[in-house]
Amino acid sequence: MEWEVVIGLETHAQLSTRSKIFSGAATAYGAAPNSQACLVDLGFPGQLPVLNKEAVRMAVKFGLAIDAEIGMRSVFARKNYFYPDLPKGYQISQFELPIVGKGEINVVQEDGTTKTVGITRAHLEEDAGKSMHEGFAEHSGIDLNRAGTPLIEIVTEPDIRSAKEAVAYAKKLHALLLYLEICDGNMQEGSFRCDANVSMRPKGQKEYGTRAEIKNLNSFRFMEKAINYEIERQVDVLESGEKVVQETRLYDSDKDETRSMRSKEEANDYRYFPDPDLLPVELEQSFIEGVRKTLPELPDVKRARFVSDYILSDYDATILTDSRPLADYYEAVVIVCKESKLAANWVMGDFSAFLNKDNKDLAESPVSAEMLGGMLNRITDNTISGKIAKTVFEAMWAGEGDVDTIVEAKGLKQVTDTGAIEAIVDEVMANNTGQVEAYKSGKEQLFGFFVGQVMKASKGKANPAMVNELLKTKLNS
Amino acid sequence: MHNKSLAELAKGLQAREFSSEELTSSLLDRLEEKNAELNAFVTITRDNALEQARAADQKIAAGEAGLLTGVPIAQKDIFCTKGVKTTCGSKILDNFISPYDAHTVENCNDAGLVMLGKTNMDEFAMGSSNETSYYGAVKNPWNLDCVPGGSSGGSAAAVAARLVPAATGTDTGGSIRQPASLCGITGIKPTYGRVSRYGMIAFASSLDQGGVFTQNAGDAALMMGVMAGFDPRDSTSLDRPVPDYTATLNESVSGLKIGVPKEYFSEGLEAGTAEIIQAAIKEYEKLGAKIIEISLPNSALAIPTYYVIAPAECSSNLSRFDGVRYGYRSDNVTDLESLYVNSRSEGFGAEVKRRIMIGTYVLSAGYYDAYYIKAQKMRRLISDDFEQAFKQVDVIMGPTAPSPAFKIGEKTDDPVSMYLSDLYTGAVNLAGLPGMSIPAGFDHGLPVGLQLIGNYFDEALLLNVAHQFQLATDFHKQAPSGYA
Repeated sequence: MEWEVVIGLETHAQLSTRSKIFSGAATAYGAAPNSQACLVDLGFPGQLPVLNKEAVRMAVKFGLAIDAEIGMRSVFARKNYFYPDLPKGYQISQFELPIVGKGEINVVQEDGTTKTVGITRAHLEEDAGKSMHEGFAEHSGIDLNRAGTPLIEIVTEPDIRSAKEAVAYAKKLHALLLYLEICDGNMQEGSFRCDANVSMRPKGQKEYGTRAEIKNLNSFRFMEKAINYEIERQVDVLESGEKVVQETRLYDSDKDETRSMRSKEEANDYRYFPDPDLLPVELEQSFIEGVRKTLPELPDVKRARFVSDYILSDYDATILTDSRPLADYYEAVVIVCKESKLAANWVMGDFSAFLNKDNKDLAESPVSAEMLGGMLNRITDNTISGKIAKTVFEAMWAGEGDVDTIVEAKGLKQVTDTGAIEAIVDEVMANNTGQVEAYKSGKEQLFGFFVGQVMKASKGKANPAMVNELLKTKLNS
Repeated sequence: MHNKSLAELAKGLQAREFSSEELTSSLLDRLEEKNAELNAFVTITRDNALEQARAADQKIAAGEAGLLTGVPIAQKDIFCTKGVKTTCGSKILDNFISPYDAHTVENCNDAGLVMLGKTNMDEFAMGSSNETSYYGAVKNPWNLDCVPGGSSGGSAAAVAARLVPAATGTDTGGSIRQPASLCGITGIKPTYGRVSRYGMIAFASSLDQGGVFTQNAGDAALMMGVMAGFDPRDSTSLDRPVPDYTATLNESVSGLKIGVPKEYFSEGLEAGTAEIIQAAIKEYEKLGAKIIEISLPNSALAIPTYYVIAPAECSSNLSRFDGVRYGYRSDNVTDLESLYVNSRSEGFGAEVKRRIMIGTYVLSAGYYDAYYIKAQKMRRLISDDFEQAFKQVDVIMGPTAPSPAFKIGEKTDDPVSMYLSDLYTGAVNLAGLPGMSIPAGFDHGLPVGLQLIGNYFDEALLLNVAHQFQLATDFHKQAPSGYA
């Protein structure tokens, strides 16, 4: 039988507010355990939540970015369950009336086609703390620094049909959140976490099969592997005539498998009800319009503009608009150097490679857009060759100054003086009489050898076009 | 000195007739003696009190004193008090020293009031007799065999016995008004949102409201001036100016339209109490008020509605008492499950467990619509009744409780009969309205309270109406024998 997979994703993205969603405690990652948990976060008697308006603004910003319905009246509800890292015994979330309703996200796939993934809803909630099960002898440790950190939970329709599609959607969502500057997207630190609901059905069947929820997909690579593992597992179960159990499964990346965490029978009844400590959030149209004004140009729009304004290929435009800082950097380079294709090649090429090599964020780049643009201008005005530019770029990266300083200091200026190049050409020909003979007798592929020798003798500084020209004239005479 | 009202003590301090330290010390001596038989206090904070009193005396000497600087009061043990044990009447918080002050406590400290201690209460404010306290029942000073009412029974008994001139309370379904009635004193529960809930340990968040017990309405007006006000730390706190509640006390009630709901005089109300309430309303008629019979047709829904909503909220509010971060933790713990089960089973009393179970049940999948959602609709109907009534009248009056104080132990085995003690008070919390109880007479030597219900934010009117009654009567001036 041919099987079809049906996938829905739930993403918890940490909103990058300075303080927590219901308290004034800081949200910064990595502080000493329990040093960033105030009495509200600790669930002390008599403590009350006060909503952080910034979290609301960020959620609305996301809703507007995916053109979703905005909940003009949303309600915080309590999700009740006991766990030591949940200090109040309930999580404040949204249930019946979320802040963001239906919307959609378009995902360009590898084959170039666009897939539309429906967004069911997105709601605000507080994160729980962390339980630590190692290093406490027979006990567990609880770190409540994360308790109360604002999250937006984004839930898709069951629209996804492969692990690759799931990853493409997750990457698109990740990029969008970064574009909107509402999430730092750090998956290692848990700022962007995905759970996948996976079920199988015979191809052509309308009804969904029984689903399993896969947790702990903390990288895109693991997401793909986990879903593919789960697809195989469920197909095996079904083909052996058994039934898939509705349950939560944990992905173990060391063993590359999913394992049952708890089945529906053991599942909690969360007893959701509106939180009486918080009033419903009533939004004014003017607030929404204010947020709309802060929306940046979104990735899809930016990509189309790059294609038309900078005459770039769809591929180049997609890569350059993949992240907002990279797109901004590219545009800053183009302001200095109008050769947009050249700029694109350098930003996607050496520049990105150097960032990767040094494991640096774009913001930490030692070469500013102005510096790179200035160097590109020295290529287009023939001061340096493209090859020398690589040396210059490396020097700029090492902090040796801007292009002109480096060219001057290292004497890298391109030789465009015909006489000087001619002298080198003559010298090369005189030193390689055998090759000259061979060339003249028809071994034309030796031309490249002469170019290389001349460039070498000029220490790369000779203008390559002029070298070509002169060599041709002299060898053919 | 102990018989003086809050205002009289304040005057005495300002006139330097006595120092706050003398006053505090004398009240503490009496309190320690009398508390042995009343059990009104869980904690007496002698050293803190004397320290606060000396600071108050310095302020008075320096001419920096406020209206109430140096006057002793008591705080219900539901309000968090920094550095002082805050138990909420429960074993589960028996070892809990609060690291912060409730807004009400901050306000009282800022006003220079001296806290003598923390008063006994029903466990987590769940009860109408003060018998559910882990620290034992409080005795009614009018008859030591009787309950003082609840849940703020310790505060009510303390003011009735003249241990303190004022004590704070909280009222979720009648927990200020009913004990005020049973102890023959004045009690006010303001509009929901008027007094911040910050630092007030939650029972049912949408119903809980802080208030105060005093000997008379004038003193209640002074205390309301201290306690009321916006607090950004409580999202349900209301950002409205606080009027001078004393400014309108002396206005005449002539022409005042008083609504008397016929439903409050039907089955369930004891004859002796009914007579006293009718007589009190007659007294208002003599003062020139117009008495209008009104109907609150959904009154009978109040108790069932209350006993769905309050347990639902409490079942969630009390989840934080889990033995993990503070409070009682069972010694008998082998794993996470036993930590929760044993700490909570051993830490909570029977009534609290009963309400947690009711609340958990009504919020459960499959029952939520039938109970919780339906109760919310009934709550709306009850509020609408009041809204209609206040189109016609200025104030609503009736009994506070169906009977005077009952015997300790009389209703402990019959929770439903106990719940009916809040027959006339619960609806007011469901609607979020302000209410008062003032002494209106005695039935076989036990006090009976008249309940006044006002429209939203009409605390000043209620206090004025109460004060006018107290100018014409002297029920509020009577103290139980042995405590005068």
